[in-house]
Amino acid sequence: MKKKAYGFVIRSEEISADIYSMWIETDLAKDANPGQFVGLFTSDKSALLPRPISICEVNRDKTAIRLVYRIAGEGTRQFSHYQAGRRVALLGVLGNGFPYEKATGKHALLMGGGIGIPPILELAKKLSDCAEKVSCVIGYRNSDTFLLEELEQYADVYVATEDGSLGTKGNVIDALENNKLNPDIIYACGPMPMLRGIKNWAEPRGIEAYISLEERMACGVGACLGCVCTTKEVDHHSHVNNTRICTDGPVFDSREVMI
Amino acid sequence: MAKTSVNIAGVEFKNPVVTASGTFGSGMEYGEFVDLNRLGGVVTKGVANVPWPGNPTPRIAEVYGGMLNAIGLQNPGVDVFIERDLEFLKDYDTNVIVNVCGKSVSDYLEVVERLNDKNVDMMEINISCPNVKEGAIAFGQKAESVFDITKRIKDIAKKPVIMKLSPNVTDITEMARAAEAGGADAISLINTITGMKIDINRRKFVLANKTGGMSGPAIKPVAVRMVYQCANAVKIPIIGMGGIANAEDAIEFMMAGATAVAAGAMNFVNPYLTEELVDGIEAFLDKNKIEDIHEIIGCVK
Repeated sequence: MKKKAYGFVIRSEEISADIYSMWIETDLAKDANPGQFVGLFTSDKSALLPRPISICEVNRDKTAIRLVYRIAGEGTRQFSHYQAGRRVALLGVLGNGFPYEKATGKHALLMGGGIGIPPILELAKKLSDCAEKVSCVIGYRNSDTFLLEELEQYADVYVATEDGSLGTKGNVIDALENNKLNPDIIYACGPMPMLRGIKNWAEPRGIEAYISLEERMACGVGACLGCVCTTKEVDHHSHVNNTRICTDGPVFDSREVMI
Repeated sequence: MAKTSVNIAGVEFKNPVVTASGTFGSGMEYGEFVDLNRLGGVVTKGVANVPWPGNPTPRIAEVYGGMLNAIGLQNPGVDVFIERDLEFLKDYDTNVIVNVCGKSVSDYLEVVERLNDKNVDMMEINISCPNVKEGAIAFGQKAESVFDITKRIKDIAKKPVIMKLSPNVTDITEMARAAEAGGADAISLINTITGMKIDINRRKFVLANKTGGMSGPAIKPVAVRMVYQCANAVKIPIIGMGGIANAEDAIEFMMAGATAVAAGAMNFVNPYLTEELVDGIEAFLDKNKIEDIHEIIGCVK
């Protein structure tokens, strides 16, 4: 059940340049799954719409969620100043999440690029229980990494950096090929060119890939039709090959979407 | 407890709160947050004779105190709408008002014809969406074409007709008078105000459509003024909207002359808004010992 709820900031810190981590105590955590997101509201009435932010982690007791986000504008800049104890309004839990059960007994490869890395962490945790093997390829601009050590607790991690200062020089596909990984199933989140690259790599090889998309959103609940993505088949809701990222996604089988 | 029911063109509304087209789907999505039975009516997203794919993304941009949208009236077409959306709404005790859009007069007439014998209480004719290349606003910016399309729809419509007006005109009272002269049973206003946002770092428009319709609290004073002007220009009832965020805003519209009010973009910010408006209006009337909501409709002259 979706709702608008209030929570309290437990901890907030900068973990890399302009990248912030914030733990929020909220009962939305009860229903949160990897790949889902929440809409975080500012308390500034000039910036009204909820900011869609993926869930990076859920604590063991399911009483708190962790959001890791990049300062992308005025709203996220305000969030970065929030301190422990602050009350925040959230809309959630939104979206479908990664179909993690499909990786049971398989070699799962998790791919994350830049600010697409956070949802990969909760997924890695979940998969470490059910997949046969969990590998992870993550891409950064440079050696100013974040969440790397945490991911290493749950997966074999390979890094790509644009400037070559750490791991493979290049993108996540370069790192995947460099390390000769042979996954049975891929889960990915990151910028559109990366997701397109993964779709084009996985499909000819017959490998299932689930990719998490991003788009500017308003309602977050499927009513406004602001955040759509073109689909291969006529989609069940719109009947015009336009699926709603906020509700039917953000995670899609790469074969279903035209990106 | 105060009487909050209103009557528009023979249709009884248990309270004056409805939804603004395009911000509420057909109620399915917000049924998780509010009890649709408590609303005066649900105004659906615009529906055309055939499915429309809408505009490319980005379709949404936030602006100071509001937002721009350029959805482009994406809709599944009237056949799916009848089978799915009307079927869903028939289980609720609320008025169903279907927003109708088209590229040509015959498109509109086809949808009206299809809805005539369906479980629909009223039709709202969209001649004011600013985000499509053909139709919609093209019919809403000249008094003669407002008159003409209203008359042609009224000639065949078996349900009361609301004409939804655009604020993107020199004098909205001319459009209101033209709709009234064409036989409209009511008017609703305002649709969004055409706007634009530029990303100065990328030197690009934020919206793929370049322009979008602005909504949200920032446009409310414009909307209140236009409702007031129209209320003094025509005798048919008005459904007022534009940036309503709470019951005080809704009451402001009613005092300006609106018989009913619609919650729009602020549903996205507060998904409980519609029910809060119902409760808040009631509380205001009780607190001020007003027995009937009609006492406040157009009370500010």
